[in-house]
Amino acid sequence: MITRSLVIASLMLSASMSVSIAADESVEVMHYWTSGSEAAGLNVLKQLLEKRGVTWSDSPVAGGTGMNMVQVLRARIASDTAPSAAQMHAQQVQAWGAEGVLTDLSDLAKKQGWDKIIAPELLPLISYDGKIVAVPVNVHRSNWLWYNKKVFDKVGVQPPATWEEFNQVSEKLLAAGITPLALGGQPWQEADLFENVVLGIGGADFYRKVMVEQDEASIKSETMTKVFDQLRIMNKFVDANYPGRDWNLATQMLIKGEAGMQIMGDWAKGELSLAKMEPNVDYGCSPAPGTKGDYVWLTDNFGFFTTKDANREKGQMEMASAILDKDFQQAFNIKKGSIPSRVDVSMDKFDYCGKAAYADRAEAQKTNTSLPSLAHNAASNAAKTGVFLDVVSTFFETKDMTPQQAIDQLVAGLKSAGQ
Amino acid sequence: MSTTLSEYRGVSGRHGENSAGLRLWLGQNASQLALAPSVVVVLVVVYGFMVWTGVISLTASKMLPTYQFVGFEQYERLWSNPIWHIAVSNIFIFGFLFIGFSTAFGLALAILIDQKVRAEGFLRTIYLYPMALSFIVTGTAWKWILNPGLGLERMVHMWGWESFKFDWLVNTQYAIYTLVIAGVWQSSGFVMALFLAALRGIDDDLIKAARLDGAGTVQIYRRIIIPQMGPTFMTVGVILMQQAVKSFDLVVALTSGGPGNSTNLPATFMYTQTFGRDQMAVGAASAIMIFMTVTAIIVPYLYVDIRNNRNEG
Repeated sequence: MITRSLVIASLMLSASMSVSIAADESVEVMHYWTSGSEAAGLNVLKQLLEKRGVTWSDSPVAGGTGMNMVQVLRARIASDTAPSAAQMHAQQVQAWGAEGVLTDLSDLAKKQGWDKIIAPELLPLISYDGKIVAVPVNVHRSNWLWYNKKVFDKVGVQPPATWEEFNQVSEKLLAAGITPLALGGQPWQEADLFENVVLGIGGADFYRKVMVEQDEASIKSETMTKVFDQLRIMNKFVDANYPGRDWNLATQMLIKGEAGMQIMGDWAKGELSLAKMEPNVDYGCSPAPGTKGDYVWLTDNFGFFTTKDANREKGQMEMASAILDKDFQQAFNIKKGSIPSRVDVSMDKFDYCGKAAYADRAEAQKTNTSLPSLAHNAASNAAKTGVFLDVVSTFFETKDMTPQQAIDQLVAGLKSAGQ
Repeated sequence: MSTTLSEYRGVSGRHGENSAGLRLWLGQNASQLALAPSVVVVLVVVYGFMVWTGVISLTASKMLPTYQFVGFEQYERLWSNPIWHIAVSNIFIFGFLFIGFSTAFGLALAILIDQKVRAEGFLRTIYLYPMALSFIVTGTAWKWILNPGLGLERMVHMWGWESFKFDWLVNTQYAIYTLVIAGVWQSSGFVMALFLAALRGIDDDLIKAARLDGAGTVQIYRRIIIPQMGPTFMTVGVILMQQAVKSFDLVVALTSGGPGNSTNLPATFMYTQTFGRDQMAVGAASAIMIFMTVTAIIVPYLYVDIRNNRNEG
């Protein structure tokens, strides 16, 4: 009895092994794009790969921030059963690159001339140690101000171009009984707001010094005090129930006209279009106050994990090149609300705000003001980003905390995180 | 495997007394044999990984475990983190109030139900029911109830009491107490059940004798019944304490650690550091701190418990 079941088990095992050896090129893709529009976008890639003879095996791990996926991914890598590819933010590419587990894509990149077709500011972050190790799928913009046009017309205000104007517009909205700023009090949303204030008040060079280099003199400067002062002023422009609110519920406030403005990345368009709001008709998009001419970006990339299986590696290369396919870039990014990571894709089918983002990025690239987002893991590693998230969120919610206290906590926290 | 077994059968077939010896040995040691696998699993999965966490807390591990040892550096970083200090003071506030109120409410409910009320079974079920929910459900429900714009405050406003204010959930200073409210709501019924069982276990003759001596109800409870429930208080305390230390899901569902990090607990801090911030070693160090605190409380209890058992035995 025991012998027989052992024989059967070993037969089954060898059968399954021979199946996997005999299989054609395949990719197992781990991602957290599980919402309707995202899954539909990814489906385009799947079909494209299947046309090229690569089997797609889907490993989604739900959870919008990707923290759940990171947990699963770490366990898989620690147990030496890494998937072929996984979705990652710009700084996560760097972290996995440092672990030495990412497949080198340099040959493919050279053959296809990635340095000419991918947005140049992304290249340093998809490279590690001189090798290209990831491929960017999309580029979101985080310095957008969304506003309800009907509300703005009724109150008689224009989208603010500076933070000072923002305060004036907000006062008028308040007087009209409308919540000026739709915000969700979650650390990343407050950090989103913070990075836009840093850029709007301090400018691109200051932004780089603080967010990317964590230069201590800049963090301790007068400009930083002004940034925190502005955040404190904004306490009165949000409604009383904002703590813990999800970003899409904040967007709902904008849709219903309860709130006038929201500062949020372009994924907000998904909510707006679900509510049948038309860009430039029902709602407007304008760069966040003081950030005209700047483009704050974040990207989703796919990194590929090293494998000894030649067929798997072929599948990875096929997938990497399919991600940069112009048709996929167009189809996926229209659905996602982002713009292509390539700089040579036709934008005809994109909406008003998408076209504006694409044009603004091209402009910002010329003036070197296309900047990585801190709140979305593009500017700095997870430990340092966490310090900003902690301090900014605590400052925004603790009404008696002074800018100086916040700055001191930032400096101390960054020192500790840098060790 | 199969060959050795059949060989063994052959051998035992020839020597009947051997097989009887084996059966005897099996009979004597059956319980140990049955327990062995679970002992091994517990040793490895619980105690083994505790030790491993301790080792990781002494390394420079960030995203994946590495074994580059850095001494107690991670503990220094842990204690220099202001959020960790918030988490530590929160667990004491939360633990103290949660255990205190749950015990008090549970005991009060048990005493009231013990008064031979009508429909006792029905009432008992109602109070016990929250225990059947997971903390995620409790947290989400209370998030809606306590949100000033959705729940209680809005309802009272609509009733006409416009100046009513109950905004603890969105207030950094009071948000930690909303965790206590939700936790107590969930656990009081269970505590009630434990106390009720203890109340029912008390000898009726004692109470009758006290009544004959002229003791009132309050006096009987205070002087006779409650002093006899010492072991139940101990049980309740330990169960509630481990719930307090583990309460991760309640925080995640009710406040996500906010507003402004004011409701972080050590468990949520540990999770964020390990999986959100790529600071695995700092996360491990915080886990060891939690473990040591719990040990400091549990060990004296175990010591007393074991000594008492020995005295009785």
